[in-house]
Amino acid sequence: MFKHGIVVFPKSMRLRDILTFSLRAATANRGRVLLMLLAMTIGVGSVVVFISLGDSARRYVIDQFSSLGTDLLIVLPGRSETTGGPPPLLGETPRDLTLDDAMALSRGRTVGRIAPIIAGSAPISVQGLEREMLVLGSTAELYEIRHLALSQGSFLPPGDPSRAEAVCVIGLKGKKELFGNGPAIGKWLRIGDRRFRVIGILSSPGVSLGEDLGEIVIIPVAAAQSLFNASSLFRILVEAKNSAAIEPTRKSILETIRLRHEGEDDITVITQDAVLTTFNRIFKALTLSVTGIAAISLVVAGIMIMNVMLVAVSNRRAEIGLLKAIGASRGQILGLFLAESTLLSTVGAAIGLIVALLSIQLAGVLFPQFPLQLAPWSPAIAIAVALISGIAFGVLPAHRAAELEPALALARR
Amino acid sequence: MIQLQHIERVFMVGEEEVHALRDVNMAAEAGEYIAIMGPSGSGKSSLLNILGLLDRPDSGSYELDGTLVSNLDEKQQAAIRMHKIGFVFQFFHLVPRLSAFDNVALPLVLSGVKPDERQTRVSAALAAFGLSNRARHRPDQLSGGQRQRVAIARATIMQPSVILADEPTGNLDRSSGIEVAEILEELNHQGMTLIMVTHDPEMGKRSRRQVLMVDGRIEGRTREDRGQ
Ligand SMILES: Nc1ncnc2c1ncn2[C@@H]1O[C@H](COP(=O)(O)OP(=O)(O)OP(=O)(O)O)[C@@H](O)[C@H]1O
Ligand SMILES: [Mg+2]
Repeated sequence: MFKHGIVVFPKSMRLRDILTFSLRAATANRGRVLLMLLAMTIGVGSVVVFISLGDSARRYVIDQFSSLGTDLLIVLPGRSETTGGPPPLLGETPRDLTLDDAMALSRGRTVGRIAPIIAGSAPISVQGLEREMLVLGSTAELYEIRHLALSQGSFLPPGDPSRAEAVCVIGLKGKKELFGNGPAIGKWLRIGDRRFRVIGILSSPGVSLGEDLGEIVIIPVAAAQSLFNASSLFRILVEAKNSAAIEPTRKSILETIRLRHEGEDDITVITQDAVLTTFNRIFKALTLSVTGIAAISLVVAGIMIMNVMLVAVSNRRAEIGLLKAIGASRGQILGLFLAESTLLSTVGAAIGLIVALLSIQLAGVLFPQFPLQLAPWSPAIAIAVALISGIAFGVLPAHRAAELEPALALARR
Repeated sequence: MIQLQHIERVFMVGEEEVHALRDVNMAAEAGEYIAIMGPSGSGKSSLLNILGLLDRPDSGSYELDGTLVSNLDEKQQAAIRMHKIGFVFQFFHLVPRLSAFDNVALPLVLSGVKPDERQTRVSAALAAFGLSNRARHRPDQLSGGQRQRVAIARATIMQPSVILADEPTGNLDRSSGIEVAEILEELNHQGMTLIMVTHDPEMGKRSRRQVLMVDGRIEGRTREDRGQ
């Protein structure tokens, strides 16, 4: 009766009692516990902050790209090494991408808008005031493709792109620098040795894709060609009619240019998709490696947990012996000490998470232009880290406690 | 009922073997009151530790209430300690951070008894040992005699069939010592087997049977020993 009543089915501790017991045991030794909590806080906090920084940076860049419009293809002169195929022959220079190439591309069936671009830097002057600014040569369609907005006037007039009208659209910041708060529309400014009439002022979207749209002057592409004395385009922006048309458009662009460039594939076509994927990959790798470095502090925290628990076990030998004497099994002792280390690391992780949240919010106040955000899965990571390190680094001390011989632990010798 | 047969316990101290128990045979009827006496180092504590399943013999068998407990695994032995054996120590071994109440409640907590049932059982036990107004006190706020009473309350809260006490009065002054002995004897009257190690001949005389140990052996028989 006894064998089947008590020995075979011993009742075990209630979860709440385990937690209460562990909590009281853990808090009995303040100094060391605080030190350990600090280590865990720093560990989890830095991991969460780094993950969030990396994730926010990734999101920021991707948002920037997405604002370009998702059906965009970018045509660059020169073959990209990453597209495969045989490497270019020694000394071969890629053929220029010309305005005629752009015109040919605009006749593609799946092509919506198209904007050839020439870029360069040039001195801009108005009555003795001179500023070095980015000069973009393009066409009227750039306005739609780049989602530009005007605060005054109008954009480049549509029409034959090979007409070099002497008009320009200027960024808001550049306008302030050159004209102050006075009117600019209809005034003339000088780019290099040519005169252009201001017909429009951009509103301020800030920085887009690394170009400061505040300090920019946009002129007709043909005017830029003669200004920079170059027929070669910097790039061509092509908008596909819809996202399903992106791939056919890419193929037809390559085909068209190959035909025009005597069978040479000497351009690179970048699709939004490919760029996003690449950036995603780069930022994930970056985040991971920075997080890995931060994780070292977690290992330090884990070792401190182990240290605190080992000291606790040797300080509480008599208590462990007593628990065994009144009927605690090896498994129960193991569970109690694991609960204690897990509790400690969980509390540390919770504090670390709060600290991370606060510091990210603080950084958000300090740098409002950079949208910082707690990575959505970081609480899960913090909890997982806490449980894993609490258990992993608690196993050895808990095992030591469980294996303690009660007679020896209770003896005073 | 307790039956020890051919119990041997050898400790290795460096290269040297120390025979703490040599061919110990001993029997105790349910409800008996036995004092184990003998010079220091004769093996009294070693014997009590074997009886309390705090230590395993190197050979020999131990039967408790019809179960061959020396053959049980660790978990089952823990259950026996929990339900059948109450241990009282010379140095009390109360958990210093826990109140008298929580110390007494420990075995109930370990075995998963519900809080409200714990409350009634522990309160009753504390009242029985005259500790009701000390329930919230921590061990360092109690006198030696009170600490030992808390320890006895804890040892008996599970209604064990055997109480093992290793010099329970060894750390107490004369009057608290007698008080503690009387409490243990009262529990013995209620039917619990009491086996007590003591140095004090006065204490020893209070028992119904004395077992004398010398150099790891049970030596002859003292008073009323019904032998094997
Ligand atoms: N864990 C141990 N390791 C080594 N030797 C031990 C151990 N435990 C007991 N001994 C030895 O076994 C012998 C018996 O010890 P035990 O503690 O049982 O004696 P005792 O009769 O209780 O003595 P005392 O009256 O001083 O408490 C002693 O020689 C002691 O040194
Ligand atoms: Mg002893």
